[in-house]
Amino acid sequence: MEQLSAKELRDRIAAGQTSSVEATMAVFERIRQFEPTIGAYISTCEEKALEAAADVDKRIVAGEPVGQLAGVPVAVKDNMCTTFGATTCASRILENFHAPYNATVVDKLLAADAVIVGKANMDEFAMGSSTENSGLKQTVNPWDTSRVPGGSSGGAAAAVAGGLCFAALGSDTGGSIRQPASFCGVVGLKPTYGRVSRFGLVAYGSSLDQIGPITQTLADTALVLNVIAGHDPADSTSVNEAMAAACDYLEELEEPVEKLKIAIVPEYTAGADESVQRALSDAIEVYKKLGAEITEIDMPHLDYATAAYYVIATAEASSNLARYDGVHYGHRTQSPKDYVEVYSKSRAEAFGQEVKRRIMLGTYALSSGYYDAYYLKALKVRNLIRGDFTSAFEKYDCIIMPVAPTTAFKIGEKTDDPLQMYLSDIYTIGANLAGIPGISIPCGFDEDNLPVGLQILAPAFGEEKLLRIARMFEKETDWHKRTPPIV
Amino acid sequence: MAQLQHKVIVGLEIHVQLCTKSKMFCGCAVEFGAEPNSRVCPVCLGMPGVLPVMNKQAYEYSVLTAMALDCRIPTFTKWDRKSYYYPDLPKNYQISQYDLPLGENGFIEIPLESGRTKRIGITRAHLEEDAGKNLHTAGNFSQVDLNRTGTPLLEIVTEPDMNSGAEVRALAVELQRMVRFLGVSEADMQKGHMRFEPNINLAILKDGVEYRTSIVEIKNLNSFRALERSVNHEEHRQLDEFLDTGKVMKMGSKTTRGWDDEREVTVLQREKEEAHDYRYFPEPDLMPVKLAPRWLDDIRSHMCELPLKRQMRYVEQYKLSDYDAGVLTAERSTADFFDEAVEAGGEPKRVCNILAQTGLRKANEKGCSIAQLGVQAIDVAKLAQEIETGRINASSAKTIFEEIVKLKANVFSRATVEDPLTVQRIAEQLNLIQKSDAGELEAIVDQIIAENPKAVEDVTSGGKKSKKAKGFLLGQVMQKTKGQANPKVVSEILAKKLG
Ligand SMILES: [Zn+2]
Repeated sequence: MEQLSAKELRDRIAAGQTSSVEATMAVFERIRQFEPTIGAYISTCEEKALEAAADVDKRIVAGEPVGQLAGVPVAVKDNMCTTFGATTCASRILENFHAPYNATVVDKLLAADAVIVGKANMDEFAMGSSTENSGLKQTVNPWDTSRVPGGSSGGAAAAVAGGLCFAALGSDTGGSIRQPASFCGVVGLKPTYGRVSRFGLVAYGSSLDQIGPITQTLADTALVLNVIAGHDPADSTSVNEAMAAACDYLEELEEPVEKLKIAIVPEYTAGADESVQRALSDAIEVYKKLGAEITEIDMPHLDYATAAYYVIATAEASSNLARYDGVHYGHRTQSPKDYVEVYSKSRAEAFGQEVKRRIMLGTYALSSGYYDAYYLKALKVRNLIRGDFTSAFEKYDCIIMPVAPTTAFKIGEKTDDPLQMYLSDIYTIGANLAGIPGISIPCGFDEDNLPVGLQILAPAFGEEKLLRIARMFEKETDWHKRTPPIV
Repeated sequence: MAQLQHKVIVGLEIHVQLCTKSKMFCGCAVEFGAEPNSRVCPVCLGMPGVLPVMNKQAYEYSVLTAMALDCRIPTFTKWDRKSYYYPDLPKNYQISQYDLPLGENGFIEIPLESGRTKRIGITRAHLEEDAGKNLHTAGNFSQVDLNRTGTPLLEIVTEPDMNSGAEVRALAVELQRMVRFLGVSEADMQKGHMRFEPNINLAILKDGVEYRTSIVEIKNLNSFRALERSVNHEEHRQLDEFLDTGKVMKMGSKTTRGWDDEREVTVLQREKEEAHDYRYFPEPDLMPVKLAPRWLDDIRSHMCELPLKRQMRYVEQYKLSDYDAGVLTAERSTADFFDEAVEAGGEPKRVCNILAQTGLRKANEKGCSIAQLGVQAIDVAKLAQEIETGRINASSAKTIFEEIVKLKANVFSRATVEDPLTVQRIAEQLNLIQKSDAGELEAIVDQIIAENPKAVEDVTSGGKKSKKAKGFLLGQVMQKTKGQANPKVVSEILAKKLG
């Protein structure tokens, strides 16, 4: 069963060849078997999932219309609000928080008749690149359980790779969908900023956050994007349909892009591991064979992306996370002396190290006297980087580069060195700063049989073409068909 | 004795609650007095993952007010987050406007007691969300009511252009009248719709040298009385303090005081302005606001003639007293009703008298506006005309007005009331039409003359008693006609007959 893609499963359920209940039960069987090892989920909801599955089956038998993801078991990263179960952001401060509303994407999944099986583990408040910052549990990489799944959407990527769901929603602020997708050998798309509603996504860096699919195949990515994309009146930053209407991403997926012009940035990506470089050159060869024209370009401002990112994201985070204060909901310290202690102790007790570090960085960057030197300067850098991408896309259809400098690293390898950890996002951050879509697709394996991801970046709202370009590669290769040894 | 003169210098921050149906960034109702925490949703509770959506109406109300304050209206503004931790602020930041307010560099004219006006500069006007309310009523813990959280507040900051408690009060009253005329706020002081924070210090001239006292900010005043008295009190307190200690302003020093309404004194709250760092930065969850010309025109189309201008027009155009014009322009509905009645042919002064003496009193009694009494503007115009022609007198006009109100209160007679002949019919029914027919009155006058030879003699002999005797004869005629004779006509006949 797990060999099926989400789309294949959906088609079989619709055709009556299998049932959603059968598929959902199989998923929970696998969860019982592998979850103790992988640790992908913070919470699962078997009863609710089976009820939803039975409902879909009943409606299919009755010949009633069903949604695009009818009966497909999916996972949702635990920073998207759900009225069922807790929404923890993998933080002890929200460990028992039950949201009174569903995130827009969750409502959309439910409206599409998807069967939500659980909430996936992540770095606390999506701050991290290995899911080791989860305050609640550890997730390992299904390809090598001594290694990290990447992060921050590590639970979601591991769940898809480990066959613990058929597709998942992650969120990407600086690479948090693409990097774990790369580490776990699956497909991960960060859509254009504003393409998917953020309403109900617990904010980390509001101007950078974007929800996107993590799937086994590009067809699945297109399918899930079909369900979640589009304007949401509850999110003022979600793009107006009149400006950039979402379309049926499946419709033209198989159409190759003619006279494809690809840019590469060798100077910028020179620091990547040899195995990653090798996989990238092989990928370039594949595109060349398909008739693409490859050009080396320079992105002069990308070198400053990481610095700018850690100012902007932490500044926004310091403000976004101010609400977790023990007053209205979430963890509250025992017997505080006064209300100031409610704040200071509740926060000190329940936030993890990395979250505290970023809150402090961001608070500093916004402080009077430092604002211009840090926050304002970072915004200027952001504009320059946006400009670099804009001028590149005037000439080229897309830019390809590695997703991360390395493949999945060992658990604990970088936890003592935050700066080293920050550099895992060096190639993915640019897309968030520029607000453009980026995808990670499997493009090879290193000597340790760990997956390598290929990153493709496209102009804003160019998801349709981006997916077609990625699909050209997927059709020519079978990296995506490999499954982790644990499976 | 040292030569000493002083001047108080006051600038004002005013928070005006806008009368939108829903809150600034969510769909919750803005409602006063509802059960605590019953008008809330995930957005105004600051739940994880929520996003604000701007209330367009609130923005339009604010821009309209800024226009009325003659502000420059930038076509591009944005939202910022102002960070501070307080239990009544669920997000621990307030969405506000920092460096790009929606209006700046304006002014407002305020009426002075002298009858002249004074121009007070408006530094800026910006929109923000209100916080909730901490309640300290239950034991050794506090509670928070978040019903008010997210209510749209327009903050208006004036230049330090006021020089007395009376001027500060005049500005507050004028602003209240203005926002009510514009229909952007109920400006109900009892409900906290207007809150004031004056900044006060003194310029003191002593022996030819000018000194300035430290600026004091008085927090959270919500009545005109407290506002005026706190400024007056602070003026004297600062002068005394200066005379006692000689302390003068230091750069950036500012103390915060509260107003003790019972003792009528200001009380020190914070000695030094805490080095508050609000860490403002642009709100990433909201798009900047771009005021396209068409939108701006649309907002401008809701502009009305402002109250002070209208008051001055009434004085100029209709020769009303400043006081009467002020009464008519205290509420927009009264002024509109007045204009309508004048338009329908009522003589302005007489219309004014009817409205001021009868209409407003009646409306006050019933707790409604003049227009809601059921008397039509055309009825009032008619009453004014009838007084003008002498068919009725002022006290009859009052009786008729009250009769219409009575009839209107009875739903079954609504049809009668809307009849344009109402005034005439009621006048006739109640026998209020004055006898002005000279022939008919002449016969009665003759009869009275015949019956009162002594008084007639007093009149014709001239001298001291003449005036009194004339009044007596007139009174006799009025009595005979049961008050229905037109006294003006009777006087004329008497004068003719008795020379
Ligand atoms: Zn609300």
